[in-house]
Amino acid sequence: MTEITEVPSPFCGIGTDDLSIQVDGTTLKVTANGCSVNTPAFEQAIADTSPRIAGQAASLEAAATKAAELLRNTHQPVIGGCATDVNGMRALLALADKSGAVVDNMNFNNARRNLLALQDSGWMNTTLAELKNRCDLLLVVGTDLEAFAPRFFEKYLWNEEAMFLDSTANREIIYLGKAPSGNASTSPTGQKARVLPCADADLPDVTAALSALVKGHLLHVQSVAGIAISELQLIADKLKAAHYGVILWGAAALAFDQAELTVQTLCNIVKDLNQLGTRCSGFPLGGKEGDQTANQVCGWTTGYPARVNFARGYPEYDPYLYDTQALLNSREADVLVWVQAFNSSAQPPKTDLPTIVIGRSGMKFEKEPDVFIPVGTPGIDHSGHAYRLDNVVAIRLKKLRDSGLPSTAEVLTAIEQAL
Amino acid sequence: MLIKLTGGTVYDPASGIDGQQQDIYVQDGRIIDVPKDGRPVDKEYDLRGKVVMSGAIDMHTHIGGGKGNIARTLLPEDHRQDPVHRTSITRSGNGHAMPSTYVAGYRYAEMGYTACFEPAVLPINARQAHMEMGDTPIVDKGGYVMLGSDDFLLRMMTANKDQKAINDYVAWTLNAAKGIGIKVVNAGGINAFKFNQRKLDLDEKNSHYDVTPRQILQTLAKAVQELGITHPLHVHGCNLGVPGNLETTLNTIKGIDGLPMHLTHIQFHSYGKEGDFKFSSGAAQIAEAINSNPNITADVGQILFGQTVTASGDNMRQHANHRFASPNKWVCMDIECDAGCGVVPFKYKDQNFVNALQWAIGLEIFLLVEDPWRIFLTTDHPNGAPFTSYPHLIRLLMDRSFRNDMLATIHPEAQKMTTLASIEREYTLNEIAIMTRAGAARIIGLKDRGALSAGNFADITVYTENPDRQTMFTKPDYVFKDGELVVKDGEVVKVTWGTTHIVKPDYDLSIEKDLKPYFDKYLTMKLGNFKISDDEISEDGRGSLTAHPLRGAA
Repeated sequence: MTEITEVPSPFCGIGTDDLSIQVDGTTLKVTANGCSVNTPAFEQAIADTSPRIAGQAASLEAAATKAAELLRNTHQPVIGGCATDVNGMRALLALADKSGAVVDNMNFNNARRNLLALQDSGWMNTTLAELKNRCDLLLVVGTDLEAFAPRFFEKYLWNEEAMFLDSTANREIIYLGKAPSGNASTSPTGQKARVLPCADADLPDVTAALSALVKGHLLHVQSVAGIAISELQLIADKLKAAHYGVILWGAAALAFDQAELTVQTLCNIVKDLNQLGTRCSGFPLGGKEGDQTANQVCGWTTGYPARVNFARGYPEYDPYLYDTQALLNSREADVLVWVQAFNSSAQPPKTDLPTIVIGRSGMKFEKEPDVFIPVGTPGIDHSGHAYRLDNVVAIRLKKLRDSGLPSTAEVLTAIEQAL
Repeated sequence: MLIKLTGGTVYDPASGIDGQQQDIYVQDGRIIDVPKDGRPVDKEYDLRGKVVMSGAIDMHTHIGGGKGNIARTLLPEDHRQDPVHRTSITRSGNGHAMPSTYVAGYRYAEMGYTACFEPAVLPINARQAHMEMGDTPIVDKGGYVMLGSDDFLLRMMTANKDQKAINDYVAWTLNAAKGIGIKVVNAGGINAFKFNQRKLDLDEKNSHYDVTPRQILQTLAKAVQELGITHPLHVHGCNLGVPGNLETTLNTIKGIDGLPMHLTHIQFHSYGKEGDFKFSSGAAQIAEAINSNPNITADVGQILFGQTVTASGDNMRQHANHRFASPNKWVCMDIECDAGCGVVPFKYKDQNFVNALQWAIGLEIFLLVEDPWRIFLTTDHPNGAPFTSYPHLIRLLMDRSFRNDMLATIHPEAQKMTTLASIEREYTLNEIAIMTRAGAARIIGLKDRGALSAGNFADITVYTENPDRQTMFTKPDYVFKDGELVVKDGEVVKVTWGTTHIVKPDYDLSIEKDLKPYFDKYLTMKLGNFKISDDEISEDGRGSLTAHPLRGAA
């Protein structure tokens, strides 16, 4: 039995790398700094190790050959999921390039809210260490931050000491939209977050009003979506008075139509504040389970984020057309490859098309795929790289045990070679 | 396999060979002496009438790292105009301003380049830089690690830590991030922007730290020298793009007290404020300063007209310049108490007075700096123009009448403000070979590259002599990388994977005693997880590391 310390996690997205994990054969136990997201993800036992063809155990070679057979002579393969590490994504893109497939990250419809804003007008953003040392005012918009990342406040707001703040406990936290589900945002000295609640669907109006107030425009209403204008004015004033304000949102939480316009409004508020002479930064809470990794690797390999189509022999990007579910619904797709190396509870989209699943060991299916190849989890069964949710820092994932499970990259490369 | 390159006209400035007809023998990836044992040649290339140089080296090009990927993601419309098909041996991708990594590698090789150096590797983003460069085929690569706005250094300087401690930190960072040189971008300015300072002159103090850009440059230049790192401190100066910044640049040269210093994309730092538009050329003074200070080298950062995207660590200046964004979208980031970045698309227009004069200023600098060993051919890709415009730039330097024809088409007021028409100099092939090969290898500190004498790696480019130098340099007949034929008639015929060049200066391990608590308390990663291990570069089976000697330790 050994204990491995300073273990980085690919699961929580915030780049936690202070876990201690006890390894006993292939059994893992988180002994320090676990949380409700990371602990179960690390401790989950290995289940199946054998690939299956139509539910029957098969060798890796036979499964790869069968997968290649299903991909051969297809018109529009779709490779969905894309939840893996950097090397897995590299192999996935190589396979897509060769087979003329669509590559589509499973959470792209969430990321799209940010990407459309970025590609239309850009943004001014910051990263976790800047937040940890500088942020004196955090405005959380439409997002239950602690539900998303349980240790976010502990690690990045209520840290004992910050380089540029007298006391981290004096940071001011304001919620606009969703109220926090717990008390993580309450400061160590008991200061509770200010909460201005509204329905998600009202956020476009509320953020537009805030934007107008930041610019100094006069509004002729007393309230918007139940929030008094005077309250929003107070936020605008605080943003202008802050040394380093940060506006945080989670694109996944903004689940309403045209939420990209709300993201853009937030980004423009940040830009306006900087133009008016204050420092302020945005903080888009990126995804988990390889979302950022998929977009980064696809970015440098194709020039586009992870919703591209290689059918013409070169990558084309369309944030709407190449949606996996839409391609399955319209029957434009004729085979589905689904890659999910992190989460065995996840399910591939429902389809009667031939389906190949490259998944974390232990996956249960409502409908057995034509080919299932269980793979190791990056950061547990093999080393690798994953991006943190602030999109700048790639963490080095460690191999913790010898499970004999192949990596995503090995399996996808085997399929590519069999093709 | 023994390869013979027969009868080519060789330009190998590192060996003092200026256009002599010579045979070159290659075996096991290296150039060898004429074999005396009479063993048969396995493959012979008849290069009579061809021009032979070593593979070109781009000593400053943004090919890897986060800001490049932001630039890619920001501009789908730019990629859509330049799709690159997959072939039986090459991957698909997209090109133009900020190409995908595979396309960048192929296109560099197809232009005769065999090594590229990313000049702005943020230590905290170094993994990404190496992963992107790891997906850049054929060419060798390496990076300069950015310091100078990182809080750890500024804290050390404020606390008056001695030079030895700073050297240890610099060497530790260089080892951890796996670079071959040290870069400073707007010394202290990226940091000052986080404290809401919007400009920072050479002698202006950071509002939080008791430190000026001049002190940062001196401290880091001294560290580079004392550690024996061959590549001089690579400096992106203060006040990039600001009219009148010529004075800052001259002051920067003076202030370094004779220490080796490389001033990068100096075109952007050579502006006066004379004339009706309060914008004028400072090229003559800058060139004079370079000519009379042998410790100074520079690359130009030439602008060429058309759409591109600027991607820089200098978020202070990029934020100030965002109003010129075309198309109107841009990104600035503060990054990890380490650095920052700014990405602003630009469309340089020949009928815009400022852009036209920028174009002329770059060319003036090229032509007025006398020593080709101390000036380097760059567009600061993609900031001044995409690297694919190098053949055009070479023609501008080598062909005065072509240059003057171009000059006659730019904004008329800009024509009046430049001495370009009167400059007669035309670069020779030997001088081009110095700037893009021998000089570049020497300034970076590459052992056994950039030369064609026996013992060097066989990175070789063969061109057909053509008075139209743009045509000549666009499409080499042959490119050999480590002795393998990778390009024929300007097209990739074999995909290989280059090495990553690094240096490993020594340091006192006790620096980690200070760094570890700093990481634990203030940063978001454990010290041990920050350091990049060798296997991260090599585990994909394609990458490798090549460590170069320190100065005086050859």
